[in-house]
Amino acid sequence: MSELIVDDLADVRAGDKGDTLILAVLPRDGEAYALLAEVLTPDAVAGHYAVTEPVERTELPHLPALVFRVPSVLAGGVTGYSGLDGHGKALGYHLLMLRLEKDG
Amino acid sequence: MIRLGAGAGFAGDRIDPAVELAREGDLDYLVFECLGERTVAAGQLRRLADPDEGYDPLLEARMRAVLPVIEPGRTRIITNSGAAHPLAAGRRVTEVARALGRPTRVAVVTGDDALAAVRSLDPILWETGEPLSRCPDELVSANAYLGADGIRQALAERPDVVVTGRVADPALYLGPLQHEYGWADDDWQRLAAGTVVGHLLECAGQLTGGYFADPVTKPVPGLARLGFPFADIRPDGAATLSKVDGSGGRLDVRTATEQLLYEVDRPEAYLTPDVTADFSGVSFQQTGPDRVEVSGAGGTARPDELKVTLGFRGGWLGEGQISYAGPRARARAELAAEIVSERLTTVHGIPADAIGVELIGAGAAFRGLAPANEPIEVRLRVTARTADAAQARLVGWEVESLYTNGPAGGGGARTGVQQTLVVRSCLVPRDLVSPTVTIMEER
Repeated sequence: MSELIVDDLADVRAGDKGDTLILAVLPRDGEAYALLAEVLTPDAVAGHYAVTEPVERTELPHLPALVFRVPSVLAGGVTGYSGLDGHGKALGYHLLMLRLEKDG
Repeated sequence: MIRLGAGAGFAGDRIDPAVELAREGDLDYLVFECLGERTVAAGQLRRLADPDEGYDPLLEARMRAVLPVIEPGRTRIITNSGAAHPLAAGRRVTEVARALGRPTRVAVVTGDDALAAVRSLDPILWETGEPLSRCPDELVSANAYLGADGIRQALAERPDVVVTGRVADPALYLGPLQHEYGWADDDWQRLAAGTVVGHLLECAGQLTGGYFADPVTKPVPGLARLGFPFADIRPDGAATLSKVDGSGGRLDVRTATEQLLYEVDRPEAYLTPDVTADFSGVSFQQTGPDRVEVSGAGGTARPDELKVTLGFRGGWLGEGQISYAGPRARARAELAAEIVSERLTTVHGIPADAIGVELIGAGAAFRGLAPANEPIEVRLRVTARTADAAQARLVGWEVESLYTNGPAGGGGARTGVQQTLVVRSCLVPRDLVSPTVTIMEER
């Protein structure tokens, strides 16, 4: 179990709203949703994106999906960021590399 | 049953999928969503330079491609390509139609321009937390997100084409539904259902496998001829999503679910000018090949205020890029970055905090969040934000001069300079903004 990364269980679609990165996590089945709902906590996502402000999570078990709002990570967004990917479209794949560590 | 097709999902979108939909989709409406956050401000800069400009530069090409293949009186076109100058856009559509020998009645929706309103209101800007008047940058545009009502009013005039400026993207789709079905302005349930359909269609190819495809985890066939989606909406708001038979892409529960949640920060309260839509109960069901049923939207009252996007002149951005490959590629790119940064500050007086460095191929897209292994090649990109174009050009010059003055093996230098815009947001009371419909003369 400790060898799993998010990419093994789910897809991620990244979107932006100003400075906030929005990550829709789409587990590929109900079992994957249950595991991700347990280990992919707002704190785990905040740590992975190195943000200090709180990350918010919405649970949508029937789809199934989890939606994360990661504040400030886009640092100016489309118009304020000098780097190439102001939208943060590539940043969804960063979440896919998060290693899942489950107790027990 | 009403059939709405997605002809474009952003200003630069492909044109041939819209032609395919127009020809084979048997559509009631073909909708082109062509306005990004910056697009209206960019259009306003063009309009300041030429009073007949300011609308989407691809509008003419889209109309030339689509008007000859739609069935007159059958399929109507709705687009927000009017950008900063919807009336000029409407005139252009009329001229294009006349040149094609296709008499076309064009209705233009204006009223989104909120410059005067924000200047007198002096609202707090979301990004700065301070009043607009405290912002030192030059304000060039302020456009409120209008709802579906302007489009509905326009459609009552029986036009062939409706051109708008800033309108909430889903409202481009909700407008014709409200017009056809007479949904009341407080029928929150149906307005939400129509908004969900609009949200799913507004990015066009993103519903049929675009921005979804991954060759291993999510293969999508035929991306080079990706088919854009359409929806059949019933009077109660329930809908079936589909695409033209034989077109590329895929439309299934996975592509639909991803698009439902795209750029939605609060699925239980998606704010639009028309309704507060609740996406949390939405579900999808596959009913055939590339056919998906959508149901379960919930809705509550619309917000009392409208969002306004403000565009400011943001100075200039200069950039230069150069590649390093092979042993110590990353170390040589880092050395090159140090050299350019030092010269930009000490020789040219550009402040260090205006300079940006990216090592493309060594983790730049992840902004330093992920450790990068030693790559086979690295492309250095240096940027600087400057007050004028001449200063911005210095960035590319200093990167290019690395050819003979920098680390070994630097190749493929490219330079660029662009004027930038800064976009911010605020709210205005909705009664300060109202749509106006103008019918263009048919000749």
